[in-house]
Amino acid sequence: MAVESGKVTSFVVEASEYPDLVRKYHVSGVPKTIVNGTVEILGARPEEDFIRTAVGAAAPGASTVS
Amino acid sequence: MPILSPSDAARVREMLADLPNPVRLVFFTQTLNCETCEPTKQILGEVADLSDQVTVEEHNLLLEQALAAGYGIDRAPAIAVVGARDHGIRFLGIPSGYEFMSLLDAIKVASAGDSGLNEASRAMLAGLESPLALEVFVTPT
Repeated sequence: MAVESGKVTSFVVEASEYPDLVRKYHVSGVPKTIVNGTVEILGARPEEDFIRTAVGAAAPGASTVS
Repeated sequence: MPILSPSDAARVREMLADLPNPVRLVFFTQTLNCETCEPTKQILGEVADLSDQVTVEEHNLLLEQALAAGYGIDRAPAIAVVGARDHGIRFLGIPSGYEFMSLLDAIKVASAGDSGLNEASRAMLAGLESPLALEVFVTPT
């Protein structure tokens, strides 16, 4: 996604090394993706489903998704 | 002693054999309070030794904070995977276990400058007007 769009940045976070981020985002299972610091996507999703959810999260007024 | 076994090293060499463009692994480290910085440095060095197109650029997080901030990085170990352009691909923490494969995939797409996504996915991303910051939490096993 980051290669495809200049609007996207992607950080892969090794959860066990960063407990502060794990606490901040309430990570209890992996993979867990946080979009723009607010919207969460749990588990692995099919490509288009994941991107649709993530792009939707970038829209104004997006709420938490799981 | 190498982290990668001879068979793993051979497989990595094969995976990275056809990289079309150079890739820099911009690595931020620190000397104190970082148990995984040294093993991360070793892994990256071993990967770079297996491809003429991959180089490691090491920086000290504390001494080069402005540079780190430019990459959006404020902790170590951290890696920016940079091809002809910086696409914003980062790894926080040691890329071991499953994440080692993710690192190799990131090197390949950064080198190619092609996401490999299908047309529908590309169309959705083409319409993106606002920044989209992904933080993907993983574990090595």
